[in-house]
Amino acid sequence: MNYFPDEVIEHVFDFVTSHKDRNAISLVCKSWYKIERYSRQKVFIGNCYAINPERLLRRFPCLKSLTLKGKPHFADFNLVPHEWGGFVLPWIEALARSRVGLEELRLKRMVVTDESLELLSRSFVNFKSLVLVSCEGFTTDGLASIAANCRHLRDLDLQENEIDDHRGQWLSCFPDTCTTLVTLNFACLEGETNLVALERLVARSPNLKSLKLNRAVPLDALARLMVCAPQIVDLGVGSYENDPDSESYLKLKAAIKKCTLLRSLSGFLEAAPHCLSAFHPICHNLTSLNLSYAAEIHGSHLIKLIQHCKKLQRLWILDSIGDKGLEVVASTCKELQELRVFPSDLLGGGNTAVTEEGLVAISAGCPKLHSILYFCQQMTNAALVTVAKNCPNFIRFRLCILEPNKPDHVTSQPLDEGFGAIVKACKSLRRLSLSGLLTDQVFLYIGMYANQLEMLSIAFAGDTDKGMLYVLNGCKKMKKLEIRDSPFGDTALLADVSKYETMRSLWMSSCEVTLSGCKRLAQKAPWLNVEIINENDNNRMEENGHEGRQKVDKLYLYRTVVGTRMDAPPFVWIL
Amino acid sequence: MEVTNGLNLKDTELRLGLPGAQEEQQLEVSCVRSNNKRKNNDSTEESAPPPAKTQIVGWPPVRSNRKNNNNKNVSYVKVSMDGAPYLRKIDLKMYKNYPELLKALENMFKFTVGEYSEREGYKGSGFVPTYEDKDGDWMLVGDVPWDMFSSSCQKLRIMKGSEAPTAL
Repeated sequence: MNYFPDEVIEHVFDFVTSHKDRNAISLVCKSWYKIERYSRQKVFIGNCYAINPERLLRRFPCLKSLTLKGKPHFADFNLVPHEWGGFVLPWIEALARSRVGLEELRLKRMVVTDESLELLSRSFVNFKSLVLVSCEGFTTDGLASIAANCRHLRDLDLQENEIDDHRGQWLSCFPDTCTTLVTLNFACLEGETNLVALERLVARSPNLKSLKLNRAVPLDALARLMVCAPQIVDLGVGSYENDPDSESYLKLKAAIKKCTLLRSLSGFLEAAPHCLSAFHPICHNLTSLNLSYAAEIHGSHLIKLIQHCKKLQRLWILDSIGDKGLEVVASTCKELQELRVFPSDLLGGGNTAVTEEGLVAISAGCPKLHSILYFCQQMTNAALVTVAKNCPNFIRFRLCILEPNKPDHVTSQPLDEGFGAIVKACKSLRRLSLSGLLTDQVFLYIGMYANQLEMLSIAFAGDTDKGMLYVLNGCKKMKKLEIRDSPFGDTALLADVSKYETMRSLWMSSCEVTLSGCKRLAQKAPWLNVEIINENDNNRMEENGHEGRQKVDKLYLYRTVVGTRMDAPPFVWIL
Repeated sequence: MEVTNGLNLKDTELRLGLPGAQEEQQLEVSCVRSNNKRKNNDSTEESAPPPAKTQIVGWPPVRSNRKNNNNKNVSYVKVSMDGAPYLRKIDLKMYKNYPELLKALENMFKFTVGEYSEREGYKGSGFVPTYEDKDGDWMLVGDVPWDMFSSSCQKLRIMKGSEAPTAL
């Protein structure tokens, strides 16, 4: 390769798009490092505090697309205070100053403000694509700046963000000359929507492929929108309540029949279930169905819909589908690759839910299944052993038994053997979430067999430090370890400090680690940021004098090449 | 049942239980459902797994927007009975079909509803359950499939005797 001129090598590198592969390429030799860094267009940063924008831009001056992730995963469950960090403004400011030709920005769990959106919209002439996932801190005013100023906007994709809806006119801020939209997803907005502006926008966007509406878009508006956009591939229905005989419903039925390219359906945030039959004509084309927000769709209407979806690859639903419903999925959806079953009754009623039977049925019926997230009331080792036998190809296996510490409901044993069977059989397993009653034994199995495991979530599990040590010593590819309410302490934390250099981050909350343990760790590993989040009583730890032995409520540590961050709030101590 | 001066005091007692429900057990479950942090003094002697469950922060690991969405599974509607001094409220999502709902209403207001027929509505007791739908019209309870009813019912009214027209 070294006999080829740089342009040729660069051209070859153009075919390598995965950032992992490009990272590997850059390590081969100095000349490849140099060629690679000038040609890299897409950069992925898994932890925004591991690096800073200046160093990013020094290495990749030609970057066009940036992905940034901020808060740790457990922030999704309110375990991380809002002001913890993950601010995007400094990044946008630095990118704007450097005049890099940014075209795409993808953010996850970051704090975004209207100011940063405004700056973003004005600083990059060719900006095309904004994807915000689980972010917060901004309002529809920020969206208005994006709409108004980004002349070539292609994607505005807002997934599960907390957006302050000022009920303004952000949709009418798209100029009449904007005809380039491909993706428009505002399902997470809670407020009213300017329907006229929306319809005009959709009508002048011939390339629109993905449209996800919020609950303020009623059925008659949906009908009109679908008439304008028969080329739609991905549709998120907003409000779907109506009297089935009305003119709008008939119009909708007719419009849906024409959407022959429709492959993905979601939403139904408010639904009259008996109207679902309008979608039956296109169900046989669907590859993705997300009804996890459709609390009102269940029972026979749901089953009838699913029975039409023979080509489904991805299904997200609520557990109100029940084991019987999952059996229907298993016999209908032979192409299923990913299944997520979310809990519908979180207030403890324990009504219709799914059990180990549903999981076993799916594993038996869907040979291509590789990713599962399953919330259930109960589980058995026998069921997990069967699932492991049926589906040795799992890449992601996330099981959440709703009651913490619940044993096998038939044998009353811990679920060590069941999860052990999973990790032993599934040699490609990259992500695992555990639940139920678990001893150190399950971690022994994980350390022994889960060779490809990159992310592990542990809650209310284990007996002693040995459990955590099995994992740290055994899982060579571990990147993200998150633990809550488990009896792991300083011994496990400090056993092999160099391990954390190979990992992106470690989260431990309500465990047995102490302040002095954390301090010792910070001393031994200056290339780690060791953060203690101490919301309740800022000063109690120091004053007590038992300071060293005080248990730390929340510990979050991560490798970084730029040292201590400067934007931490007072309740975050960086040791 | 305590009846003083013709008033059924238990009926007016402020509590969180299901209308018509007497048991402490129900009270505890509703406490859980109401999802607030008030201590339930009555439940100290009960075996109480549910309250502990709901108060673990961040468990189950579900995003808050999903949790909020699911709480929409509670839909309280006002129930009025002709001649009764005050209205009640019931959660329609507690019931899966008409018989369950009618039984609960009968318990709550101490009446019996007649026999339903498509042709003639409710016959036999002089009490007629009606509801206000999303268009604001007053409809007879029982004509449409349960799902359709429960998603369009805004209010319930039990018409009595002379006010309920004999031909509906």
